[in-house]
Amino acid sequence: MKAYLSVFRLRLANGLQYRSAALAGIATQFFWGFIIIMVFEAFYNQSPVTPPISLSQLITYVWLQQAFLAFIMLWFRDNELFQLITSGNIAYELCRPSGIYGFWYAKLLAQRLASAALRCLPILIVAVFLPQPYRLSVPVDMATAVLFIIALLLGLFILVAISMLIYISTFVTMSAAGSLLMFGVIGEFLAGMVIPIPLMPSWLQSIVNVLPFRLTADFPFRVYSGHIPKWEALEIIPLQLLWLAALVAIGKYAMGKALRRVVVQGG
Amino acid sequence: MITVSGICKSFKVAKRTSGVGNAVKALFRREYSEVAALNDISFSIAPGEIVGYIGPNGAGKSTTIKVMSGILVPDQGTCTIMGYTPWLDRVAYVKNIGVVFGQRSQLWWDVPVIDSFDLLRDIYNVPEAEYRSNLKLLAETLDLEDIIRTPVRQLSLGQRMRCEIAASLLHNPSILFLDEPTIGLDAVSKIAVRQFITRINKEKGVTVILTTHDMNDIEALAQRILLIGKGSLLYDGDLTTLRERYVEDSQSDSPSIEDIIVRMYKEYQIT
Repeated sequence: MKAYLSVFRLRLANGLQYRSAALAGIATQFFWGFIIIMVFEAFYNQSPVTPPISLSQLITYVWLQQAFLAFIMLWFRDNELFQLITSGNIAYELCRPSGIYGFWYAKLLAQRLASAALRCLPILIVAVFLPQPYRLSVPVDMATAVLFIIALLLGLFILVAISMLIYISTFVTMSAAGSLLMFGVIGEFLAGMVIPIPLMPSWLQSIVNVLPFRLTADFPFRVYSGHIPKWEALEIIPLQLLWLAALVAIGKYAMGKALRRVVVQGG
Repeated sequence: MITVSGICKSFKVAKRTSGVGNAVKALFRREYSEVAALNDISFSIAPGEIVGYIGPNGAGKSTTIKVMSGILVPDQGTCTIMGYTPWLDRVAYVKNIGVVFGQRSQLWWDVPVIDSFDLLRDIYNVPEAEYRSNLKLLAETLDLEDIIRTPVRQLSLGQRMRCEIAASLLHNPSILFLDEPTIGLDAVSKIAVRQFITRINKEKGVTVILTTHDMNDIEALAQRILLIGKGSLLYDGDLTTLRERYVEDSQSDSPSIEDIIVRMYKEYQIT
């Protein structure tokens, strides 16, 4: 446990030093946020029917997406780990008296936390003070805020568990590009990063709802905006825990398999 | 302490001749050939020994080290080190060993060396007092005081290698595997590394298994050598016997160790 905490701290400290990357990221995210909101605003003005999610809830959804990008993006990756696998430096990780799964999990978690820590506050603060209709609304009460934080953190754990599968697949494919692209495009679509899930057609929603991806982004954001009521949130949080346990179990099993037949080439 | 018996390991290598035509053919039917990296390797090593493990490139030295450090699972054979089977009891076993792969790095590239060391302390759960005293000893003998707060990316190869060796010894391992620890080092660094290996072997009784292509390393360090070629163990014995065996048919009176090794490679036809 101490080892996982230690690698977590080191990675966090390491990640917090990239200030200019964070600044550039913030600028990009504001740009994207405005564009997406303007597109939806145009759609909403022309819509003949009442949309399933209100514009202000949708705007909140978009700003939260931008602020917590590092928590929810599957393409956000640790090249060091890919290099470790493809170059054979994993030899050293295998000589350590700790499970590699937990070790990498801690590393990836710290990296995402560091990146989000630098970006989320400035974006949230600015977005709260923007003029209407671009303003990020605050949660209606304390209970909603607490539920949001729980849902967001559990979502982050699920996301890291999913991204571990990408790294494990690299043992077989020896190249990160394929699985990263596949997981990235499909996973983010299913998480509601492209089209918010409430706006998807109902047949698609029924597919999305049985998969874990929406629990990482769509679910916490809708809890925040109140689109998912509190009692429903309390029902879904156990589901998050269930998915987390299942994904970690799958990842550990797959990694055990991969390590049994690992071939450290060269030298 | 270390007993290896009958270890075999083969790798599957995809084969194809050059050219587009063959590449297209390989799309449909791929041919593999089995390369026997290790073929029935057996030896045993007593505590406190320094063993030089030599052989030409591609002989299977690194593969043996990887099997012994629990990284590779062999196809056949058994290996018992301090009561453990490395690849089965990996986590419990690796606490007792230190490994240096000369061609790879275990230090974090972007942070000062000391941060990597602190991380290793936590990974191996080394008590603080023990860690302090180990670090002090290592820093003195390997001359690390000035470089320990420098980020790894700014170190020279020799400085980095000294840090790598120190990193492998922070947890007081009783066995040290060194896979080409002197590769690419200048004379001063080489001698520093050699002196250090002798010293921890004498003072702490660490068993050392060392692969190298630098025969001076072997001459300076190893009482016993294992020669491997094409996956088979060809010679197991001490250096003086070997020298005497080849001294007669040599032109000069005292052939250098390199001469002897070359002659040996020729006799066993492994070059």
